[in-house]
Amino acid sequence: MERGKTLFWLIPFLVFIVALPPVTGSVTLREGIFLILMYVTLASSLNVIMGYTGYVSFGHIVFYGIGGYISFYLMLRDGMHLIPAMILGGIGAALAAFALGEAVLRLRGAFFAIATIGVNEAVKALVNNLNFIGGAEGLFFNFSVYKAYGGAARAIWFSYYTMAAVTLITVVASYLIKMSKFGLGLRAIREDEDAAIILGVNAKRYKSLAYAASAFFPGMAGAVFFFKAGNIEPHDAFHLIKSIEMIFMVMLGGYGNVAGAFTGALVYERLKGFLLVNPLFKNLHMAISGVVLLLIVLFMPQGIIGFIREKSKKLRGVLE
Amino acid sequence: MLATWLGAVLNGTLLGLLYGLAAIGLNLIWGVMNVINLSHGAFIALGMFAAYFMVHSFHLSPFIGVFAVLVMGVFLGMATYFVSLHRIISAPELSTLLATYSVSLVIIGLGTFIFTTNPRAIDVRMGALSIGGTVLPMTRVLTGLFSVGFILWLYYFLYRTWSGKAIRAVSMNRDAAELMGINTTITLALAFGIGVALAMTAGVLAATIFPFTILSGGGYELKSFVICVLGGLGSPLGAMIGGLILGLIENLITLQIPTSYVPFLEFAILVFILVVRPTGLLARR
Amino acid sequence: MKKFGALLVGLAFLLVGLMPSAGFSAKKGIVIGFTMSQTGKFNSESKEQFQGLKLWAEQVNAKGGIYVKAIGKRLPVVFKYYDDESSKDRVQQLYVRLINSDKADFLISPYSSGLTASAAIIAEQYGKVMMAAGAASDSIFNKGYTHVFQIYTPASRYLTDAMDILSKVDPKAKKIAIVYENSKFAKAVCTSAKEYAEEKGFNVVLFEAYDSGTTDFTSFISKIKATNPDAIIGGGHFADGETFAKQLFEQRVKVKLVSLLVAPAVPEFAELGKAALYVTGPSQWEPLARFRKEAAGSKGWYGPSSQEFIKAYKKAYGYVPGYHGAGGYVAGLVLQKAIEDAGSIKADLVKRALERMAITTFYGRIKFDTGKYYGRQIGHSMVYLQWQEKGGKMVKEVVWPLEAKSADLVYPFSKKY
Repeated sequence: MERGKTLFWLIPFLVFIVALPPVTGSVTLREGIFLILMYVTLASSLNVIMGYTGYVSFGHIVFYGIGGYISFYLMLRDGMHLIPAMILGGIGAALAAFALGEAVLRLRGAFFAIATIGVNEAVKALVNNLNFIGGAEGLFFNFSVYKAYGGAARAIWFSYYTMAAVTLITVVASYLIKMSKFGLGLRAIREDEDAAIILGVNAKRYKSLAYAASAFFPGMAGAVFFFKAGNIEPHDAFHLIKSIEMIFMVMLGGYGNVAGAFTGALVYERLKGFLLVNPLFKNLHMAISGVVLLLIVLFMPQGIIGFIREKSKKLRGVLE
Repeated sequence: MLATWLGAVLNGTLLGLLYGLAAIGLNLIWGVMNVINLSHGAFIALGMFAAYFMVHSFHLSPFIGVFAVLVMGVFLGMATYFVSLHRIISAPELSTLLATYSVSLVIIGLGTFIFTTNPRAIDVRMGALSIGGTVLPMTRVLTGLFSVGFILWLYYFLYRTWSGKAIRAVSMNRDAAELMGINTTITLALAFGIGVALAMTAGVLAATIFPFTILSGGGYELKSFVICVLGGLGSPLGAMIGGLILGLIENLITLQIPTSYVPFLEFAILVFILVVRPTGLLARR
Repeated sequence: MKKFGALLVGLAFLLVGLMPSAGFSAKKGIVIGFTMSQTGKFNSESKEQFQGLKLWAEQVNAKGGIYVKAIGKRLPVVFKYYDDESSKDRVQQLYVRLINSDKADFLISPYSSGLTASAAIIAEQYGKVMMAAGAASDSIFNKGYTHVFQIYTPASRYLTDAMDILSKVDPKAKKIAIVYENSKFAKAVCTSAKEYAEEKGFNVVLFEAYDSGTTDFTSFISKIKATNPDAIIGGGHFADGETFAKQLFEQRVKVKLVSLLVAPAVPEFAELGKAALYVTGPSQWEPLARFRKEAAGSKGWYGPSSQEFIKAYKKAYGYVPGYHGAGGYVAGLVLQKAIEDAGSIKADLVKRALERMAITTFYGRIKFDTGKYYGRQIGHSMVYLQWQEKGGKMVKEVVWPLEAKSADLVYPFSKKY
């Protein structure tokens, strides 16, 4: 098959998934798919900095938290609508990433990873102490907030569609970034940063922009998630384990690959959902996740999509 | 007022030594094989539980049992190396980060299942020292002394024994060491084993002072990152000094600003030093 | 192409697990749905609460179930539950699943106020009654929910009794240091306690939070000592409270009263040995608290007596329960009473019955707020316990309120040195 056709199946497939709950009228299904969509957004955006550029952002969840807090605060204090609040949350996260990137993106490899963990923990500890955004107590919506959206039931459907839109935009954007000259520059940085600089790639600017882009979408996802959850607390917004889950998803599907991040998120969510609900495994799901992760890292480091790409030359064009 | 400051310095020093010991295993592994061991905290927690069973099942003092834990830790660590790291030791950092993280998931997952996250404490009462109005419980004093002892032992091992020299050689240049007839596989496994053993040792000692749960290792792991960055990579002395700095900061700053800001300061320092001097405060330019 | 098709089919196949299982049969029992924290940081509290709840269900089912007048027979209780990993991520998903796929008739909240608030949105949306069993925060009850009913005494009344005790035993003691864990629960409790203390004419000499992960309090304690307080109140959860008490003892802090949240109420606090001595703390329920049937009158009393509950719990799990276990049991018990009163399992009728409820159980009085803080617990009040030494063993004694006491308060705290 020709190159450049990934979106030709990925978008219809995504639309198919999104359409399932309204078509079947099942809210149980909607909740499951909401989570999948959120994970796809998180994994696809992390992929930009981690997969394309080769910088493993270990504390990436910080941008999800920042976006969540900004938008939640705006909605609570000013009664702002979800959509503008969400966009502002995304922009806030992206600006934070851009500023931060100027400093921490000078670090390479493990040093960068540790620095991002430090950033996440520092922000969490700071938010814990800031009383105007609730401090350790967090912020709570009044149930009547949802009236503006036609009641809680409607509001949750609304947040579902909003998340779906965010996911679609994220997947398309991450694909376009990869295929653009910008994306090529990023991948040059990943392969050999020094060589890329010599070849005329403005590595510093490229990296900061990639970091900002990869922070923008999690910021919006955080906004939608906490709108739906009805409250936000530092512990949930800056949950380091979720950061590592994001990395897990990207690895599972295939590093640096748009279809890979998507597949990884989908498989991960289903795997975990299965383990949590299954009576045989539910006590041990954490340990089992560990074993699965280890097996992937040891025996299939290229991920599911990477594995298929290796086996089938024909499919490479549609799995980018 | 002076007594308060003196107390803070004394206590910060003793605690700093323990922090140093807790970080040294992470530092060794990072320095020798360029692996950030994300299961470090899980092994510290295992050490704490080892202390718990020592006291409650065998009525053995943790300060004696700690040597048994050290030996067991070496073997446990070596086994972990062969299972989870050997295949990917030359792969990019991401692989080793995730591999060690998965080990942590397995340990914490099984630990939660078996022990639950109930807090536990061991009541080791050994009296206290009183210096200038400051009361120092004997357990803290002993913990500080043992930490120094283990750090000195590590020095002796790395600089005076053949295996230790091999570890240093491998950390400088793996290929060259291999050519010189060093079995790098065994050497790397041994280094990992010692790193894990020291983490567990720190866990045993910490358990004599503080109550703990299976999740308690995480806090020490994050502190260890800060310490390694403060002291610089690969040098045991650096870890000890980093630990001391952190212990003193925690104790002295608490006297001046609200305690709840301490973690924020710690991580802000971590990021700041990484950005300004990634080789650590003590590293030679 | 074939392979590609296989990939797509594979991906689509993954979604199958998400599909709700179709078809449900006629009502065979009352389905009670909830999530518990089988992993993560709330694991221990959540587990004990679950044990209490399970004990209640076993006892009910041994009698054939709850009598529902509208159907004219007893319906057994059926549990449906999942692990929420102590995290907000899946709480809403799981509660939606409980309501829609598992057809839960009633819900029990997850452990902790944050998770409960997320679950409450779902309960509210579907009009399902939810018993909030492990959520002590006040703040979720003025958010407009009308289906959430609280079992615990809310945070605002957790530590206020400490001031009353102090006024009673030593009117001269006026200087109070309030130190608390920087967490949602402890901060809410201590902010209310501070307001109450100032209202009652106490002098709050220190009001400061410490971080949740704090293990070393030495310097903090020096700071407290410097303000020379008569009483230290505060704390947070078990681990920090236990550590704090231990280090207070090590530093020989001489104050008259120490009152901490959560930790002293947990039986493992005794592992501290002498450091635990004379520490007081509020508790939702204590085995020794003597709420008696006679005092409540035959009409207001519901359920087993304390002794019966403790005996049954001990038989089932091998140890005397703490208040989390009692809270779980009572959550079931209150629901049972409401269903019996309503004579139906229809949510709005049961809700009405809960609004009217005013009973006394072995756990204390139960009555719900129906005003601005709809669903908040207003009947129940805390008991105060103190660790005392009896025949060389550490025991918890109830010292407050006076009508429920099992021993006198040992005062001052510094007697132990």
